[in-house]
Amino acid sequence: MNLIPFLIVIPLAAAFFIPLVGKRIKISGDIISIAATISLSGISIFLASLIATQKVLMFEVGKWAAPMGISMVVDGFSVFMLVIVNSIAFLVALYSTGYIKKYTDTWKFYTLFMLMVGGMNGVLIAGDLFNMYVALEIAAIAGYALVAFGIDAEGLEASFKYAVMGAVGSSFMLMGIALLYSYTSTLNMADMANVIANKGASKIILFVSALFIMGFGLKAALVPFHAWLPDAHSSAPTPISAMLSGVLIKVLGIYALSRIFFNIFGMTPKISMILIGLAVISMVVAGILAFGQYDIKRLLAYSSISQIGYIALGLGIATPLSIMGALFHLFNHSISKSLLFLNAGAIESSMGTRDLRKMTGVLARSPVIGYTNLIGAMSISGIPPLGGFWSKIIIIFACIQADRPVLAFIAIAVSILTLGYYFKAVTPVLFGSKGTHLDNKSKPITVTMAVPMVILAILSVVSVLLLLPNTGRSFLDGAIAVLVKGAIR
Amino acid sequence: MITVYILCLVLFSVGLYCILRKRNLIKIIIGIGIMEYAVNLFFILSGYRTEGRSPIFASDQAIKNMVDPLPQAIVSTLIVIGLSLTLLIISIAIRIYEKYGTFDITRINKLKG
Repeated sequence: MNLIPFLIVIPLAAAFFIPLVGKRIKISGDIISIAATISLSGISIFLASLIATQKVLMFEVGKWAAPMGISMVVDGFSVFMLVIVNSIAFLVALYSTGYIKKYTDTWKFYTLFMLMVGGMNGVLIAGDLFNMYVALEIAAIAGYALVAFGIDAEGLEASFKYAVMGAVGSSFMLMGIALLYSYTSTLNMADMANVIANKGASKIILFVSALFIMGFGLKAALVPFHAWLPDAHSSAPTPISAMLSGVLIKVLGIYALSRIFFNIFGMTPKISMILIGLAVISMVVAGILAFGQYDIKRLLAYSSISQIGYIALGLGIATPLSIMGALFHLFNHSISKSLLFLNAGAIESSMGTRDLRKMTGVLARSPVIGYTNLIGAMSISGIPPLGGFWSKIIIIFACIQADRPVLAFIAIAVSILTLGYYFKAVTPVLFGSKGTHLDNKSKPITVTMAVPMVILAILSVVSVLLLLPNTGRSFLDGAIAVLVKGAIR
Repeated sequence: MITVYILCLVLFSVGLYCILRKRNLIKIIIGIGIMEYAVNLFFILSGYRTEGRSPIFASDQAIKNMVDPLPQAIVSTLIVIGLSLTLLIISIAIRIYEKYGTFDITRINKLKG
């Protein structure tokens, strides 16, 4: 039996059933969404084991053959992302059961959450550009609604901003897809790549590339297009911030961008230069802006932009080593940034504030939050034994290997900047004395909130296993192999 | 034919201008609508053939010049997506009005930095 369609069917079915029973039975939303996400992670890990031997899995909807019919394709890169997305979705769903109690109508939250997961899975397995666009819109619209879920003034404002900018970005994307369709008369990605390879490069491809960089760059929040991200990610309910920062910007932005530029157009020196330029601006500008933040979630959001810059830098250089660094950094960043956002939510609900200047002594109050937060911050800012260090150093070595010492210098400087703003923010919060003025509000976190944080902390410690042969290297190599095919030769 | 494409581009630019320059939330939403329809129109135009007929096979008719049906199918999907987006943004705008008491985007500025 082909398991690929279930990656879309399960979340959409869950999103359908939760409203049916959720009004009557309060706990059904929790149970259905946890069951759905755990089965999705199971399926994606099983597909990963299949991909190790078969390279490409395909499902043709209604048995119509590939260029005409709709096809769902899973290869090394998609399965790499599928495992990340669905496992983090599971952990976030588990965390939500404890966190979401402060809102009414939790079934609406889970419905939108499952729609978002379904949309992201749809982007990852889509075999043609239009289905990718539709799935992307499903995920994005669910995201706009979830940012405004709290119905507080900030959330609504951020959601409006995000929705308007997202709609503009989508229009540009769609314009690009329309132009590409009239140029190649196909929408299937593999077919499109063949047609473009036969027809050769032309000016229309350049124009379409500009439209796509605008559209997908906006979804990935590279710097000139980043204005929505700090607002949206800091105003959303915390589990959603973790999903948005951890996986949504990577799936909608980085994954879609690299699919198009590596697998359809093929990387050219021009595109590579533009990507590197955007990446460097993102890294530096967002890194500097993060210094001025005192809201813990805003600081994390700016840090996300900066780290996305690293990923785009690795993809922009487009040598096998840099692609490996970019994908490994993507993996590490999704784990540790989700962890940090979940921590921020736990701190917020146990202390009643998000202002970094007002919180102190987290480690003394709650060792679970404190130590996991320390591990997450260390991984992101690149302290040696943790995953973030290895991915950053691979990207830096790739810059040197590609004979671009200036980029290597910038990457090192930004990593020091990252270390700077994390430890400026995190050290007093963690190691400060256990203040007395907050004690009346302080309440312990639940087990369901603690377990995902501990799992994510363990994952960010052991993520280096992906680099070692025999443990997880084939998983990473499968993803690299897909992208290297389209790299500059 | 080229005139139609230019008019389509003008429509797109009108929508973009409306989003960028207008201060009223509702006008911005209308701008998004205009932009979406310009893109839809562009999709339809890409499938248009002069003197083309609908692509329905009939035994007594020779098929010479057909309109491409795929963009039309795509656009019907896009209209639904656009509808859901517009609905969502309008409901958010109504809630914003309840919280801030204004539709003026320069006065909706609690988030900074």
